[in-house]
Amino acid sequence: MNLFLDAFAWIFDPVNWSGAGSIPQRLWEHIWISAVVLLIASAIALPAGAVIGHTGRGRESAVRVSGGLRALPTLGVLTLFGLWIGIGLAAPIIALVILAIPPLLAGAYAGFESVDRRTIDAARAMGMRESQIVGRVELPLGLPIIVGGIRSATLQIIATATLAAYIADDGLGRFIFAGLKTRDYAEMLGGSILVIVLALVVDGCFAITQRLVVPAGVRATRARELGSRPSRPRVAVGQPITEGNRE
Amino acid sequence: MIEFRDVTKRYPDGTVAVAGVDIVIEPHSTTVLVGSSGSGKTTLLRMINRMVDPTHGQVLIDGEDVATVDPVQLRRGIGYVMQNSGLLPHRKVIDNVATVPLLRGEKRRAAYDRALELLDTVGLDRSLADKYPSQLSGGQQQRVGVARGLAVDPNILLMDEPFGAVDPIVRSELQQELLRLQGELGKTVVFVTHDIDEAFLLGDQVVIMQQGGKISQAASPAEILANPADAFVADFVGAERGKRALHVTELDGRRLVVDGDGRPAGVLAS
Repeated sequence: MNLFLDAFAWIFDPVNWSGAGSIPQRLWEHIWISAVVLLIASAIALPAGAVIGHTGRGRESAVRVSGGLRALPTLGVLTLFGLWIGIGLAAPIIALVILAIPPLLAGAYAGFESVDRRTIDAARAMGMRESQIVGRVELPLGLPIIVGGIRSATLQIIATATLAAYIADDGLGRFIFAGLKTRDYAEMLGGSILVIVLALVVDGCFAITQRLVVPAGVRATRARELGSRPSRPRVAVGQPITEGNRE
Repeated sequence: MIEFRDVTKRYPDGTVAVAGVDIVIEPHSTTVLVGSSGSGKTTLLRMINRMVDPTHGQVLIDGEDVATVDPVQLRRGIGYVMQNSGLLPHRKVIDNVATVPLLRGEKRRAAYDRALELLDTVGLDRSLADKYPSQLSGGQQQRVGVARGLAVDPNILLMDEPFGAVDPIVRSELQQELLRLQGELGKTVVFVTHDIDEAFLLGDQVVIMQQGGKISQAASPAEILANPADAFVADFVGAERGKRALHVTELDGRRLVVDGDGRPAGVLAS
C-alpha cells in the first residue's frame, strides 16, 4: 500500500469534487479566508511600516512588537480567541492576522528604508511634499521589498489557515482534521497536498510579481552592473548626507 | 539678492554648524562657498531653500524672510543641483527634468517640450530623453541634474558640490559649461565646493569658511589672493606654500611660469 498513491487517488476521485464539503468548495474557502486575513493585516501593517520607514522613527518598537507577535504560538492564540469569541471564523481570522503582521511590517519598513537617502533628499529639495516623497519615490523604489514581505506573509497565512478548520467548518484543513479523526490517511495527506500546491502556486505568482515591480530604471542598473562590474568601487558614491536638519 | 543676517545653526547635540554668518549675495552673480568638510558650507547653502532652518538669525531673499514662506513652495522656485545628480532612478531623464514643472501643475506637453529644450541648453542629445539615469555616464547625469535645476527657470540656482564625483576631465568640461550657461542665463548661483581652484574659477565672490561655521573672508578671487584676511585664508588658497607665488624662468628660449616650489604652472604667453 502506498499512502501517496492513495492520497492522489483521493484527490482525483470525482466523488470529492462535487457536493457539500467538496475540494473546490474547501479550496475556495481557504483562498477566501487567506485573502481576508491578508487584507486586514496589510491594512494594519503596511501603513505602519510606511510611517516607520519614512520617518525612521519607531523602528525599535516595531522590531520589538514583531518579535513578540512572532513568539505567539498561533494554535494557542486560536484556542484562546476560540474560547473567548466562540466557534466560527472570527477567532482563526484574528489569529492569522497576528501571524501575518510581523512579516508585512518588516517588509514595509525595510522597503521604505531601503531607498537611498540622497534620492529622498533630492526629492525634498526639489519641492516634493512628504506625501509625494512617500508615494512617488519611496513606494515605487521600495516596492520589490514590500512585495517580498507580502509574499512571505501570504505563504504563512495559506499554510496556517488549515487551523481555521480547528474551530470552524472552513478551508482545506477540514480534510486534514476529518482524516485524522476517521483515520483516513489518504484524505489527510490529500488535504495536505492540496495546501502545499496552493501555497506553491500563489508563491510562484508573487515571485513573478516581485520581478515585475522592480522599476525599469533600477532594472537597467542591475543589468549594467552585472555586465560591467567596476573593478574598483567608485568613491563618493555612498557618502551620506551629514549636513541637514538633524533632530 | 540673498542676505544672511547673523545666521547660526546649532544642533540639539551642541554642534555648531554655522556661527553668526553675515553675507550678501548679489543677484546675477556666482557666489562660491568654499571650505573643508565640517565648515558648514552645505548647511549655509541649504538654509536658502529651507532644507535647514537656522536656530538664530534670518535668511532673506529679495528682502523677504524665507522662514515666512512655505518650504515646499519656496523649494519649487529654487533650482537645486546636488552631488551625484540626485536623479530619481525609476524615472526617465525627461521625467526627471520635468518633475518640478509637473509638481507646479504645468501641462505635461509644455513641461516636456521645455525639458527637451533644457537638454539642448546643457549640451545633451535629445535621444537621451528616454533613457534612465543609470544608463548615463556620471558627467551626463550631472548635466541632467543641472537641466532639472533650471526647469522652472528659477532666479536662484543652488549647487552643492555638483562636480565632486566626476573625473577631472569631465569636471573641467562641466565647469566650462557652467561658465557658458551663467554667461547666457545670468542666474544667482550659490555654489558649494571644497576645491579652492574651482572656487576661483567659477566665483564672482568667494566665501572662505573655516571649522565651526565661521567666515574667514568673503571677497573676489583677486582680492583674496592680493590680501588674504588671515593666515588660515593664506594657507587655504595655497599662498603659504608658495603655490600662488609665481615667477618666470627661462627654459630653451621659452619663458616658463613656476610656483614657489619651482614646479611649472604654465608657459608665459608672449
